[in-house]
Amino acid sequence: MALVRELGKRFLSLVLVLFLVTLFTSLLLSMVPGDPVDTLVPLAESEQADALKAEVRTDLDLDKPLHERYANWVGDFITGDENGEHFGDYFRVSGRDPVSERLGDALPISLQLMVYAQVLALAFAIPLGVLTAYRAGSRFDKAANTGAFALLAIPNFVLGLGLAYYVGVWLNWLPPSGYVPFGDDAAEHIRRMILPATTLAAAQVAVYMRLLRTDMVATLQEDFIQMARSKGISDQRVLWRHALRPSSLTLLTVAGLNVGTLIGGAVVVEVIFSIPGMGLAISQAIFERQYVALQSFVAVLAILYVVVNFAVDVLYSIVDPRIRHARARN
Amino acid sequence: MPEPVTDRLAEPVGGVLAPELAAHAPVATVLEPIEESPTRKLGFIGWFSILWLGGITLAAVLAPWLPLPDPDRSYLEIVRIGPIQPGHPLGGDGQGRDLLSRIIWGARASLGISVSAVLIGFLVGGLFGLVAGYFRGAIDAVLTTIFNVLLSIPALVLALALVAVFASAGDDASNGRKTTVLIAALAIVTVPLIGRITRASTMAWSEREFVKAAEVLGAGHVRIMLREVLPNVLPAMVSIALLGIAVAIVAEGSLALLGVGLTEVPSWGNLIAFGRGDLARAPHIVGIPSVAIFLTVLALNYLGDVVRARFDVREGGL
Repeated sequence: MALVRELGKRFLSLVLVLFLVTLFTSLLLSMVPGDPVDTLVPLAESEQADALKAEVRTDLDLDKPLHERYANWVGDFITGDENGEHFGDYFRVSGRDPVSERLGDALPISLQLMVYAQVLALAFAIPLGVLTAYRAGSRFDKAANTGAFALLAIPNFVLGLGLAYYVGVWLNWLPPSGYVPFGDDAAEHIRRMILPATTLAAAQVAVYMRLLRTDMVATLQEDFIQMARSKGISDQRVLWRHALRPSSLTLLTVAGLNVGTLIGGAVVVEVIFSIPGMGLAISQAIFERQYVALQSFVAVLAILYVVVNFAVDVLYSIVDPRIRHARARN
Repeated sequence: MPEPVTDRLAEPVGGVLAPELAAHAPVATVLEPIEESPTRKLGFIGWFSILWLGGITLAAVLAPWLPLPDPDRSYLEIVRIGPIQPGHPLGGDGQGRDLLSRIIWGARASLGISVSAVLIGFLVGGLFGLVAGYFRGAIDAVLTTIFNVLLSIPALVLALALVAVFASAGDDASNGRKTTVLIAALAIVTVPLIGRITRASTMAWSEREFVKAAEVLGAGHVRIMLREVLPNVLPAMVSIALLGIAVAIVAEGSLALLGVGLTEVPSWGNLIAFGRGDLARAPHIVGIPSVAIFLTVLALNYLGDVVRARFDVREGGL
């Protein structure tokens, strides 16, 4: 019962946050200093331009009160008609593509990159975390910790440009930029995604490794581990089969919540490696002053982030009864 | 017994974990009562951090009076030439401008923006967090919701949207305007980060006996907050603020790469952004500012850890 009430409360806060986030993005256009229409329609004074501006103004509901503007924006956003039918050139990224089409192209690519990075990060972090916990205090542990600390201080764009130069240009092992869809040429796709995914994953490896190590060190002191060991089960088996699972909850939660960092990181990494995902779409929209498109892109990323956070949080409280009980007590 | 340390691990359970904080894996030191924190002593890296930060700050402040070449002047002999040239220790960029001079002038912009933003975030977020954590109830609910909403947009995307919209309207996007907007955007991102930590820490400390004692003695709310709670919460705030400056420096660089940063004056971010085109021919143009950012972030992260480790007075140790 407590769980249902708790989930209900979480859901209400999700709705509230979604409302405020969409309100913020829908009002982004109105925040443009001066008349936003002048920015959207950068034409010299003429009768034609004035007519166009008037139409744009109506189309974007800039002449309507706030609540109507918000309602219409949400309606358009959900139905995919972000920008009306008229004079699309001013609201579209790169000429002819409507925003929703661009979004449909870009979002899967970004998600792909984030999934690769996440998988890569966990694939490196889990063994490292387990081994550093097992050998806590050893030279290996200290080296890994120092490495993680240094890794955290490298901004992703620095790492990305560094990899692009050393691996891409100097060693000439991998193409330093560009994107090939998986369907076109799977091998080439992977070759081109290695550097961006590595760049995005690097800092996460450090975070995840340290998280897992901490929990693992605590788990390894518990009685059931002593018990397993005293039964003569090998260290390997104790580590991977007995200790890893109860130690991985924090890691999985943070991995889920880290989607925000990944989104921000992916935006930058895509620009560095010229991958046509959301990041490139956003920077293009900014460059071309396509604020209507920008609104939609920002809204999509924010909603993605909020929903993932909600899902992780709910899963977490279902999976771990301790959290549930702690909450019930409060 | 309430846990007096900022229990940042509990944060993701209650809501959105600030990704920037997760990125610095503070959990590792918070949850390790078994082991002595390795960063409690200042050590070699600590002194190096202080020296580097002090030096670069001093150079940035004194830039106009230092015997440096004009950062905007082109010298034909050092176009895309690497470090160690007579008169130009770090070489020149794609237009032959002196890189040492541009790094120092860039530090002025980058550090100026980051420190100002975090200072605002520190004051506003700190005040909100203190009030929310001390009074709880309705004020806490409202402020926490505000923090959560701000944290629920990926920080970089939020800053990007704000800067893009406010700073690039029309052709009047002057340098001063851009600087102001950058500071404001990064401050908005910092407020909830510092606010949440302050709130959590304040909540824990407000339960303590000496606070109750002050209440019984008839001390007012303001006095209790400032004299009893704040001094104990301050280390957590400072530690996060140091990390916040590092995050802001990186954010400035990211924004520059995305094309919404400063363009007229050098900043570490735009040195890298402009140098990208010469990456294959002259990697030092990107490399040198990258090293500057790396060292600064490393130093700030390290000192942040030291502050936290030094002031984490654990009950168990008493």
